Amino acid sequence: MIKFHDVTKEYGGHRVLGPVSGRIEAGGITALIGPNGAGKSTLLSIVGRLMQPTSGGASVDGLDVRTAPTRELATRLAILSQEHRLDARITVRDLVAFGRFPHTQGRLTFGDHAHIDRALDFLELTGLQHRYLDELSGGQRQRAFVAMVLAQDTEVVLLDEPLNNLDLKHAVLIMRQLRRAADLLGRTIVIVIHDLAIAAAYADRVIALKQGQIAHSGTVEEVMTAEIVSELYETPVRILEVDGRRVPVVMP
Amino acid sequence: MRLALVWAAALAACVLFLTLGIQGPVEYALTRRATVLGAMVVAAFAHGVGTVLFHTATGNRILTPSIIGFDSMYTLMQTLTVFLFGATAIATSESIPKLLLQTGLMVAASTLLYGWLLGGRRGSVMMLLLVGVVLGLAFDSVSSFLQRLLSPTEHDILSIELFGRISAVPVEYLPLALAVCAAVAVVVWRRVHRLDVLLLGRDQATCLGVHHRRELTVVLLLVAVLVAFATALLGPMTFFGFLVATLAYRLAGDHRHRAVLPMAFGLGLLALALSQTVMEHVFDANGVLTVIIEAVGGIVFLVLLFTSRRAL
Repeated sequence: MIKFHDVTKEYGGHRVLGPVSGRIEAGGITALIGPNGAGKSTLLSIVGRLMQPTSGGASVDGLDVRTAPTRELATRLAILSQEHRLDARITVRDLVAFGRFPHTQGRLTFGDHAHIDRALDFLELTGLQHRYLDELSGGQRQRAFVAMVLAQDTEVVLLDEPLNNLDLKHAVLIMRQLRRAADLLGRTIVIVIHDLAIAAAYADRVIALKQGQIAHSGTVEEVMTAEIVSELYETPVRILEVDGRRVPVVMP
Repeated sequence: MRLALVWAAALAACVLFLTLGIQGPVEYALTRRATVLGAMVVAAFAHGVGTVLFHTATGNRILTPSIIGFDSMYTLMQTLTVFLFGATAIATSESIPKLLLQTGLMVAASTLLYGWLLGGRRGSVMMLLLVGVVLGLAFDSVSSFLQRLLSPTEHDILSIELFGRISAVPVEYLPLALAVCAAVAVVVWRRVHRLDVLLLGRDQATCLGVHHRRELTVVLLLVAVLVAFATALLGPMTFFGFLVATLAYRLAGDHRHRAVLPMAFGLGLLALALSQTVMEHVFDANGVLTVIIEAVGGIVFLVLLFTSRRAL
């Protein structure tokens, strides 16, 4: 379970987030939605201890993310950030193998290779596993980083815009794998996502942020209404119901 | 495999350097050459390993550790010594305490710089480099100003001091120098896997459970110790480390530090031993080794800068 209380983030006196408090129950997929600059990535980065909050704090499984040893956190919490640095020439397989680092500290065992193979297979990267990352397209690279996060095999998985650069097929592929991880393995998955149709199709819960505050929070049915979404993005949106699922549609 | 080849070549070059064309008493020649070889081992390790570590820490492979001003600081210290105490001081004060004092000063200065820049709120590697470059320029200007005030004799003695002097290292410094290298090697080897993770950058490293700032501080401290010590012992060598590290990335065929670091060390030793042998026996020119290496290194640096498609 993820908890955060009175979290704020300020840059030079300008507040970009908070104060926000809340909790995300264990299991299932939670989508963070909202317009640009609403504080979605900031909140995710603070929970994932990539960023220090100006005030307030967050905990994962009862571990305070600011004070708990980062090595222990890494076995419970994985986060995919938006920016990836690549100086070294690394193959896809080697990158995914890094996901096992928190468990092995660098010495891979037979079981680790099984984890790596599975993550590669999940994201249809097996055929590309020996290619270098700098030879791949943006979407292929994005999948490799998602595979690394999955190979880390943690209870809690935070993903900041995992569908960046991905075509429809691979976006759906990733969401299906996340759905599977949530359903079969009981993982707690939080994603920052801009595609509302995909969010509505795959998420269990939605947290909507606007101007650094949580505007709405609840199930897809509760939050994905024409009224809430239109107001959130200040754009007229209609919500259709297709086979019992919410489908947001933009009106021209 | 590649590593074994490079090391075999390096060892062959060392043997060649030790034994080729000995004239006169064998024991004397071997002792003298073994001393020079010891200095080469120190230079190859300190600059090769130091530069690779620096690249990993900064996430930038076209830098050399001396960009944060080691060479300039060394030059300034030597110039100040001559300026304040006269040329005889520098010639007579060669001793282990002086060596340690100079190393200590350089490590202390860089630690202050690292601590201040990486610990502070606007801390970043880019800021560190910028400040390093500016400080280096400032040191250089002060040095060249002071050098203008020296007498020609003093200036001559100073210039000798400021050239790399691998072939003139006093034998009594070597055990200490090799011990420092061995100690650093142990510390590095214990964190060789964590170094690989640092290649992924701050966010990914943190995600994988590596305390990024602590590791960065440790690595930069090791770099400071290596490069400062090598500079105090052997004089400035700006491009040598860069040359060796760049070749090591190409030849290692593996991004892991456990492959790259021994490769850089081996290549450094190969380059030094081979070129010193060639200089002594083909061109009969002793003592200008570092000048040649700096020239070659500088040219390789430029070629890579202009021809490399992707960022190094």
